[in-house]
Amino acid sequence: MALAQADVLAGIKEIVEEVAGIPAASIEMDKNFTEDLEVDSLSMVEVVVAAEERFGVKIPDEAVTDLVTVGDAVNFIVNAAN
Amino acid sequence: MSARRVVVTGLGATTPLGGDVATSWSALLAGTSGVRLLTEDWAQSIPVHFAARVAVEPSEQMERVEIRRLDRSEQFALIASREAWRDAGSPEMDKERLGVVIASGIGGVTTLLDQYDILREKGSRLVSPHTVPMLMPNGPAANVGLELQAKAGVHTPVSACASGAEAIGYALDMIRNNRADVVVSGGVEAAIHAMPMAGFAAMKALSTRNDDPTRASRPYDLNRDGFVLGEGGGVLVLEEYEHARARGAHIYCEIVGQGLSSDGYHIAAPDPDGAGVQRALKFALRDAGLTTKDIVHLNAHATSTPAGDVAEANALRAALGVDADHVAVSATKSMTGHLLGGAGAIESVFIVKTLQDRLAPPTINIDDLDPAVTVDVVRDKPRELPTGDIAALNDSFGFGGHNVVLVFKSL
Repeated sequence: MALAQADVLAGIKEIVEEVAGIPAASIEMDKNFTEDLEVDSLSMVEVVVAAEERFGVKIPDEAVTDLVTVGDAVNFIVNAAN
Repeated sequence: MSARRVVVTGLGATTPLGGDVATSWSALLAGTSGVRLLTEDWAQSIPVHFAARVAVEPSEQMERVEIRRLDRSEQFALIASREAWRDAGSPEMDKERLGVVIASGIGGVTTLLDQYDILREKGSRLVSPHTVPMLMPNGPAANVGLELQAKAGVHTPVSACASGAEAIGYALDMIRNNRADVVVSGGVEAAIHAMPMAGFAAMKALSTRNDDPTRASRPYDLNRDGFVLGEGGGVLVLEEYEHARARGAHIYCEIVGQGLSSDGYHIAAPDPDGAGVQRALKFALRDAGLTTKDIVHLNAHATSTPAGDVAEANALRAALGVDADHVAVSATKSMTGHLLGGAGAIESVFIVKTLQDRLAPPTINIDDLDPAVTVDVVRDKPRELPTGDIAALNDSFGFGGHNVVLVFKSL
């Protein structure tokens, strides 16, 4: 099933708010997970697992290192779903 | 190098009696029980339906996102350490001279068990990546060390219910040996869960007074039937005396000695002769340069078990001799329950407050004093302590036969 970029972004915002305590309103496509959102390597695992559950996609470990910004994650998920 | 003296400059606690030291201490003096019926469904599945949970949930004292990355024992450690560090005046110092020694008897046991449930029910992929840092017994010390950027060493002695006292003794050594100028020390425990409680119940170690929980922890009472599991933690900031003076710190008292021994008797039962306890007490006084005449108060281990309380009291009477007559003995577990690895730490916090206020806290729930108990127990109401120089002891014992005695002195 095709996913819209806006819907995936909204979902990622909710996940990051839950995992890292960053208000969803301050999470944008260009935010860096580590530097802007305090998502360290352990919390990133939580984000990935939660995103996989929510969007029904598989995010391989080797792909995770390339997900530097929120936009990287959103685009990866949109592409993987479509 | 002249001997380095060590003083207490900060206190912190979260206990079944209060979310900080002041609240816990006033409830203790008032003779309040922190024991309550458990509301969780699992409580009905085990023989003991009550425990002494902390009075203030960590969720009221910490951010939600912090809570989800920390085991409950780590939450207690941070809450108590933050209070203690603030109380010490948040010293500006070389962090290579700052240490942390915080113990836990069991570590992140609720994390371990909750994640095992997730593993079985949902599979390995959903096991939290925070599991290992949350369940490791050194997690409480490590998180405090990280927050304070302590770089002189972060340590976690483990000796069951003696762990908290052992941690404070280790901190004393760190400063005396010139490894550090300030050490944040104490103990925590968060083990109120069906599994450890079922284990303690299987040993017949827990009280089963389900119809009267607030009266269940009754050290020295003839009808005591076991301990009541408590949770929480206590932290003391220990500091080298000249370091504290140089920065104008408020000094509560001095910590002047520790004594350590082991029983070599049984994995869980106390040695009825209490020879190990007597040795630890003798070593502690010798280390402190004091005699039994100097001691006016003792916060006892006294957990409310039939065998343990009498063995301890006999050992104290034997070690203190006639001077036991002027030692006011308080069993504060009658109010807090037994915090296992946190016990020696909160009881040391209480001793520091006792020396400050010159008031020994009461022991509650003694309807009929066990005639086998031949020490002078402070019952029902606080007792005033003498003016002038006074010293007090904390003794803590753990499964495995570990004995620790700490000596605090007014300054």
